Formats: sequence, C-alpha cells, structure tokens
Amino acid sequence: MSASATPTFPPHLLDFQDWSRPQIESLLETARMMQEVLARPVKKVPALMGFTVATVFFEPSTRTRISFELAARRMSADVVSFSGAMSSTAKGETYRDTLRTLEQMGIDAYIIRADAAGVCHQAYRWLGKPILNAGDGWRAHPTQALLDAFTLLERLGSLEGKKIAIVGDILHSRVARSNAELLPLLGATVVACGPATLLPAHLPGAHLTTDLREALQDADAVMVLRLQKERMDKGLLPSLPEYIAAYQVTRARLAWARPQAPLLHPGPMNRDVEMEGILAEAPQSLVERQVANGQAVRMAVLYHLLVGRKRSEG
Amino acid sequence: MKGEILFRNVRLVDGRDDLGQADVLVGEGRILSLAGGEAPRVVEARGMVLSPGFCDPHAHLREPGQEVKEDLESGLSAAARGGYTDVVSMPNTQPVVDTPEAVRALRERAVRIGQARLHPAAALTQGQEGQLLSEARGLREAGAVLLTDDGRTNEDAGVLALGLRYAASWGLVVAVHAEDAGLRRGGVMHEGAVSFRLGLPGNPGYAESARIARDLEVLRYVQSLGQHPRLHIQHLSTRRGLELVRQAKREGLPVSAEATPHHLTLTDEALQSLDPLYKVAPPLRPRADVEALLEGLLEGSIDCIGTDHAPHTPDEKALDLLRAPFGIPNLELAWPLLYTELVEKRGFPLPTLVARFTDGPRRALGLAPIHLEEGAEASLVLWNPAGARPVDPAAFASKARYSPWAGWLLSGWPQLTLVEGRVVFSASHPELLY
Repeated sequence: MSASATPTFPPHLLDFQDWSRPQIESLLETARMMQEVLARPVKKVPALMGFTVATVFFEPSTRTRISFELAARRMSADVVSFSGAMSSTAKGETYRDTLRTLEQMGIDAYIIRADAAGVCHQAYRWLGKPILNAGDGWRAHPTQALLDAFTLLERLGSLEGKKIAIVGDILHSRVARSNAELLPLLGATVVACGPATLLPAHLPGAHLTTDLREALQDADAVMVLRLQKERMDKGLLPSLPEYIAAYQVTRARLAWARPQAPLLHPGPMNRDVEMEGILAEAPQSLVERQVANGQAVRMAVLYHLLVGRKRSEG
Repeated sequence: MKGEILFRNVRLVDGRDDLGQADVLVGEGRILSLAGGEAPRVVEARGMVLSPGFCDPHAHLREPGQEVKEDLESGLSAAARGGYTDVVSMPNTQPVVDTPEAVRALRERAVRIGQARLHPAAALTQGQEGQLLSEARGLREAGAVLLTDDGRTNEDAGVLALGLRYAASWGLVVAVHAEDAGLRRGGVMHEGAVSFRLGLPGNPGYAESARIARDLEVLRYVQSLGQHPRLHIQHLSTRRGLELVRQAKREGLPVSAEATPHHLTLTDEALQSLDPLYKVAPPLRPRADVEALLEGLLEGSIDCIGTDHAPHTPDEKALDLLRAPFGIPNLELAWPLLYTELVEKRGFPLPTLVARFTDGPRRALGLAPIHLEEGAEASLVLWNPAGARPVDPAAFASKARYSPWAGWLLSGWPQLTLVEGRVVFSASHPELLY
C-alpha cells in the first residue's frame, strides 16, 4: 500500500459509490498516522485548527457521536452538537430548516446521522458542504465499514482473497450494506447470512445465504450484527430462542471458520443473543480494537474532507 | 354559416383517427361546421392540432381542507393549461367527500371558477373508513361520477363486494387503489434490486397484482348475483397486474384500467438520487414493467391515462424518504410528456394516445365521448406538435411547483382549451379569453 501519489477525494463520504481503491487505501494510510497520534501522551494535533464541525444526529446515538466528536477535537477543530431527539425537530422543524439554520453559523463540515436513507444526500444537495454520513437508515454507515476494514487489515495484513462472513439482520443493516460495498473493493469476498425474513433478495458485493454453516465455513473473519428486538414485534422472526438456536455465533460454530479467525461486532452487543457472550472477551475478538480504531479512522476521514482534499486539489 | 370562433387550417385528431386538415367553426358551445364559416374571432392554426378536450379520471385537488397543497382554482387552472376539460377529483380530502352536500358544494364552486369542469368522485365508504357504505344514490344525484376509497386500500373484500353491488344499482363505477396493505407494509419504493441496494423499505409489485386478482374475483362474484357492477383499476403499475386485467377483459368482465404519466416514463432507478420527489404510490417500477404498461396502453388493456396528480407542498416533499408524502404533480404536463416520450420518440400512434386521454376515460366514467364532427360539444384542446420547450415548474398554475420532469424538453404543449365553446386557457391568444 502506498500513499505516494495522493489521489483526489470526493467532497463527502455518503457511501463508497464515488470511491476507488487507491482513495480508500490512502485514507486508511492516514488512519494509521492518526493511530500514532492517539498513542502519544498528548493526543492532539493542530490539523483542523480554525475549522468548525457539526455533529447533527437526527437519530440518537451516544457512542458514534462521542467517537466523531473526539476525533474532531483531537485535531483541534471546534465542535458543535445538534441532537434531533432533544432539539427543534421534536418541535416539527424539518431537517432542511435545521441544516440551513446551522449553515448560517459558519459550519465547515457536517457529520449526520438519521433514521432515513438518503438524508445525507439531501443535505449535500441543500448545503454543498462536506458531509460525513454517520449512518442513514438501513443504507450506509461508511466510517463503520472503514474501521472494520482497518481493524481486519491490522490483523490479517491483507484482505485479498479473504472470506468475510457477516451474520445477522442483513436486511435492516447499514453496517452490512457498507461493508458489502467496501470490503470487495479491497479484494475480499463477503458472505452475508441471516434468517430468510432478514435477508434482502440481492445485495451487490455479497453472496447471500440462510445457512450459517455455509457462511462460517473457512471464513477468514466473522462479523456479527446486533439483533434489534423490534424485529420480533413486527413478526419478522417467531422468537428469540428460535433465532439463537439457528443463528447465534457460538464458540462451537466459530470452529467452522479458520483457526483464530477474528471476530467483529459493531456494537452495542446483545450478549448471548446474536453472539455467545464470552466470545466478546476471547483472544480472537476485536470488538474493543474496533472502537479504538474508530477514532483514528474518523480523524482520517475528517482530515481528508477538510484539508487533504483541498491540498491535493491545490 | 356564422359562429363565434373559427380555427383555420387546423389538423383534427380525435380518439378514432387522424382526420386531416379542416376549418372548424365553433359556436353555441358546439362544433358548427368542419367546412369553415364566419366568426368574429379567427385563429390561424396551421401546424396546430385540434383534439377533444382531455378527461382525467384521477386527480387530487385537495379541496376541502388541504388548500395549502392545491385548491379547485389552482388545480382546475392547471388542468385547463394541460388541455383538460374534465377532471375527476378524489375524495380523500379533509373532511372526506362522502355526502351529497359536499359533492354539490364542490360542483358549484368549480362552475364559478370556470376552468376545466369538475366531476367529483365520492367515497365508497363513510369517511373512507372501509366499513359503512356511503349514500350512492344521493351522491349520484349530486353529480358524483364514481365512488372510491382511493388514498386508502379496500382491505375488506366483503365491504368492496357490498359497495360494488350497491353502486351498480345507481350506475356508478367503483375505482380501487389496488395494493395489498399487508404486502406493501411500510414500503416507500418498489422492492427490488434498487431498494435492496439503497436500504429503503420496499413495496413489491405483487402487492398490486395480488390485490387486483382478489378484486377481479370480487367483481365476478357480484356479477354472479345478476348485477351489473363496474370496476376501475387506478394507476396500474406492474406487468403482472396488467396481465390480470388483460385476461379479465378477454373474459368480458366489466373492468377498466388507467396508467399514470409517471409510471409510463420513469423507473425505480430514479430513486438512486435519494430524492423524495420520486416517492409515489404505487411506486415507480423497473423498466420491464414500464415496457409492459406501454404495450397495454397500445392494445387498450389500459383504457386511459389517469394522472394521479398528487400535489404536496415543497416543504413536505423535502422531508426524508421515510416521512415525505407520496405523490407527483403532473396535470399540466401529462399530454406534452406522453406526446413527446411516446409519439415523438417511440412512434406510438397519435390517435391511440388521444383516445387514452379522451374516449377511454369518458367511457370508463360513463360519460359520452367527444368526437370532432358537426354538432359535437365544443370542449376541445388546440395543441402544438412542435414548439419544444423545457418543463419549468416555476411557471406551473398548480401550487406544487416542482417536478420530476423539470428541464425535460417537451413538445405538444396545449395552446388553447375550450369548454363548451368558451376559451378557458389560451397560451398565445389572450384576446380570446372570456
């Protein structure tokens, strides 16, 4: 991997539609440098001094928001936070009006999460500013996929020819969709597995199966998704015990994968639902590493959207 | 012979045929002559086409209660500019149009406005709640032309059967928004490769065809009771739904069907823009469905173009894809759009397209067709087969000044619309307006 010829970058990170392998590799290379920053006693660089970044979370999420805010602060950006659940959207203000109001306050980049697919695309149309998608509906969660790829590369060295199994509620998962876009871009094969009612009929970039054994067999890594309890309420699954019996990733089932195949989970975990609880602390679990790497990856993305891109354009 | 307006050297195309050039004299609300005559006002119409006024069996004009989206004045003006002389308004207003008084009030207001003529549809069930029948006899007397719970779906087949039976005795057609609510679930676009890729809740085409299949069986059942029901399928959007309608028509079932301008010109790929502008019910479908609909329109399995003109405020359409309301406004460009995309670009026969805008809808509604001959009612549209210009939503008469077709270069724009001999819209001859 080389960052010698810095490629130019799209003006936003909405998904990976506009991204190429060299761009992704350069981004991950930057994340590696950010990781070094985070290992220092004083974890702060002046790279984004003078920039103001807004996290705009129309859908509540504490972990992801903290990760983004720390990433921005560690690069000396000013950060403001808007949380839709508590603010004016609760009073009926539209997303467009909220964003236009913020725009009047001189924001340089927006980190947006919403429960509806497409809000980040709409925001880019309304504002024309760098937009970083922090999760839009079931559609995309690109920084999660980037930190997954980064974490897998740390452990596996390369993703070329590697089989990555994703297990759980694929249909409603932006994490699955973004990984199915990104990991094949880096040479991996993705197999997505879940109950028939939680699988889309097609997912570009992934082979789909309802057979857990087929998915895990000889997998180089296993990614387990959170199962939302509301899937049972909507009648998509008969019961939790039934799901656990068929699809829980257990120590015994993990033996179908390659020895020491790393185990990932985007969090928050339902211990002993989608995954046998003790596996989170097993040596092959990268769950905590994912969280740590998330910050470095988000620093890299912010850097490229606000500074790196302009520099390479200039 | 003396009349009021003379159209000189105009080409006549009605739902039967391309009738060639003539000098059309209009007076006393009728076509007085196709062989010229004298009139104080003369329109030199060489290069223009005169057709019977268009009839829309399906528009949402939002009055009463949702005038922020559209009202009779803006909606019927938009219709007149689109070449329509007759428009059926849907009853899913606030309150729902389910009483003879409400129908009468709408009709009286439309007459005062004096644009396109209004034919209100009334609710099949009280409040469109799908339980108790509305007063079909009184609604008919007040001027309702059809009954429908459009906006909602008729989930209870038994209620639909009762409605078809009761409406039949008063000569009213029943129109259905044929989508199975259970299969549709929370879908905001067509379920298929694009929805799976975009991670948007999908609404499968089978939600439509499953419901059409059921409704056709209900129709057969009511017929078997010795009654004469008529069923109209609104906004047909799938190949499979079309096959069911085609088969039913072959068997002689009394069913008619409409297709919308958007289902004939756009596909679900448009949603890749993630723009709620394209969010509509039923949803935009893949190319194969669009091609099937075009065949159905050509052969007549699809009787008519129904616009399903469904205006919302620009703010509502700027919500996100889960929350934005369903609907596309199109009343004033339906004709230029389909003339350009079907006749100009694909060689679709012009008289057939005219028929789908005129005779088809009028027959489906039980109204008399208008043909271009002496003595015919002078509810007409003069349109320009050339004169291509881009769609400019800012210039719409409709309150919904946005469009999926903004910027599309269209020809066929209506120049003059007459209702019973009275000019209600004129793009080029303002002196003719009453």
